Amino acid sequence: MTLLSVRDLTVKFGTRGTPVTALHGISFDVARGERVGVVGESGAGKSITGFALMNLLSRPGYIDSGEILFEGKDVTKMSDREIRRLRGNRMAMIFQDPMVTLNPVLTIGQQMIETLRAHRRLSYDDARQISLVKLKEVYIPSPEARLDQYPHELSGGMRQRIVIAIALLLDPQLIIADEPTTALDVTIQADIMELLLEMCRSNMVGLMLITHDLGVVSQVTERTLVMYAGRIIESGKTRAIINDPQHPYTQGLINALPQQTPPGTRLRQIPGSMPTLSTMPPGCPFNPRCELATDVCRARMPEITQFGEVQVACHEVKRLHAELAELEGAQ
Amino acid sequence: MFAYLVKRLLQAIAVMLAISLIAFAIQGNLGDPLRELLGQSVSEEVRQQLREDLGLNDPFLVQYWRFLGSALQGDLGTSYFFKEPALEVILKKLPATMELVFGATIIIIGLSVPLGIYTAIRPNSILSRAIMAISIIGISIPVFLTAILMIYFFSVELGWMPSFGRGETVHIIGSWDTNFLTVDGWAHIIMPSIALSSIMLPMFIRLIRAEMMEVMQSEYVRFARAKGIAPGRIYFVHALKNTLLPVITVGGVQIGTMVAYTILTETVFSWPGMGSMFLEAVNRVDTPLIVAYLIVVGFIFVVTNTIVDLIYGLVNPTVKLARMGA
Repeated sequence: MTLLSVRDLTVKFGTRGTPVTALHGISFDVARGERVGVVGESGAGKSITGFALMNLLSRPGYIDSGEILFEGKDVTKMSDREIRRLRGNRMAMIFQDPMVTLNPVLTIGQQMIETLRAHRRLSYDDARQISLVKLKEVYIPSPEARLDQYPHELSGGMRQRIVIAIALLLDPQLIIADEPTTALDVTIQADIMELLLEMCRSNMVGLMLITHDLGVVSQVTERTLVMYAGRIIESGKTRAIINDPQHPYTQGLINALPQQTPPGTRLRQIPGSMPTLSTMPPGCPFNPRCELATDVCRARMPEITQFGEVQVACHEVKRLHAELAELEGAQ
Repeated sequence: MFAYLVKRLLQAIAVMLAISLIAFAIQGNLGDPLRELLGQSVSEEVRQQLREDLGLNDPFLVQYWRFLGSALQGDLGTSYFFKEPALEVILKKLPATMELVFGATIIIIGLSVPLGIYTAIRPNSILSRAIMAISIIGISIPVFLTAILMIYFFSVELGWMPSFGRGETVHIIGSWDTNFLTVDGWAHIIMPSIALSSIMLPMFIRLIRAEMMEVMQSEYVRFARAKGIAPGRIYFVHALKNTLLPVITVGGVQIGTMVAYTILTETVFSWPGMGSMFLEAVNRVDTPLIVAYLIVVGFIFVVTNTIVDLIYGLVNPTVKLARMGA
């Protein structure tokens, strides 16, 4: 059953004069309890997608067109009050850097209790009890004492656990996690990821995991969206994308993983860098960096086409598949 | 906490020593005290004798040491003009000045916080633009001009407000007469307080606005939004407390600065406080009074700053007073 359905979502940034487009009409679905990874390099529009879902884009960004259907209702058409009832309640978010996510002058307890009381009629003591239970669930040692502590008294990993506990407080249907482990020490990244996975599984919570770590994506998610320059260029079952990437960009990403290179040799990389919003090339945005690029790629944006378990937006992939089908037909 | 207090106290003593040294050094350069004491029709021998008696021929440091010794006993010299201990003269004038500073502080705190918040969260509204424009004018016009303009309009042209003095006051204790217990007292203190606040108020509105706008961009405010917290709570609980932290620090220094601004305000409004007294003392080359004024104002400065630092430690949970002392 579909929990979230995004259709032709376009996000623009209105600076003086003509606005630039950050998301070019992206479409995707998240089913109930499904874990979806969103990968791509910095600036591809991953975080913007996450914030747009909660209508939390910071100025001058805005949703230009498209639909975000969450539990059947269009978020883009909701009033401020309606959307506030959704945030933190049905749809929660985990931010990148736990060192700056929590308010430094409020205690952990205050920040948890206010969340509960923003959505439910609860007494202070009841809200405190629920907070305590959630802190225990995310394996916070001596949770009673933590409630009265300030964020600066806790380590980064501990703070991210608390952020996860806050996200889970009201049993949301969807958690949007924006690079939840990037700012953490390598030794605790795995712990936090495992915790997040466990919480989503046991509570049947949908997860949108925004990351650039393909390893994490393959371990945690069932489906993956690959983003490039504000577009979804490949999507499908995570297993299929990791094992048999179709789009030249996805192939490049996977080849760039250190595990893909024999020890002692140079790491592979995708030459060049992603175009900025204001210097977008005509045609496929990846064409300046693509080895397979042809004149068609430089002229026209490829449409998204289904190939087996995955959807890919690439002229060359489409041509190769067509040739393959022809050969098979000839045999 | 105790270690911090001791450290703060030592700092305060060092500052007071520096102030007293500077004040005392000025004394020697403000003309010849003998001329003030004796006039011109006294023979040179008598002058030399008096110079010797007053210790004016001793080396500078010896004189300073003597000055410090008596200062510690509350003796800051005798005013040439009033023929009274300088400290007593000042303490008599102090309540009037402190009430004026208090009035201005109330205006500043009462208006800068709501206006600063409003201009930060509605930066594009017409009212915000108007507040920002007026605040620039307020900062740009010197206090004495604001004061004179106010007297011209509200006292001379409209005749609504009294233009000078403290009006009817009520005696409280010692030399403290208050303006705040009579209608006439209120009428007299309003214009001087506004004039005194005319530079600090716009500055604080701008400071609070800038801080608030920065805080509103922070990740924790965004996270509070993502939790579904209502805007009112985000502004006043999440953002305001963080906004006020730097404002408190600046505010402490500014209260001290405001005591200095009273010199202009009190002179224009003939307010019988220590500011106008200081200006008169300068005109009369009443050196002991000038020195005593500098030391008293320096003392007020040090005390307010220490108190503000302590308050800051209480408001900001990341500052552990105990750790600051270490």
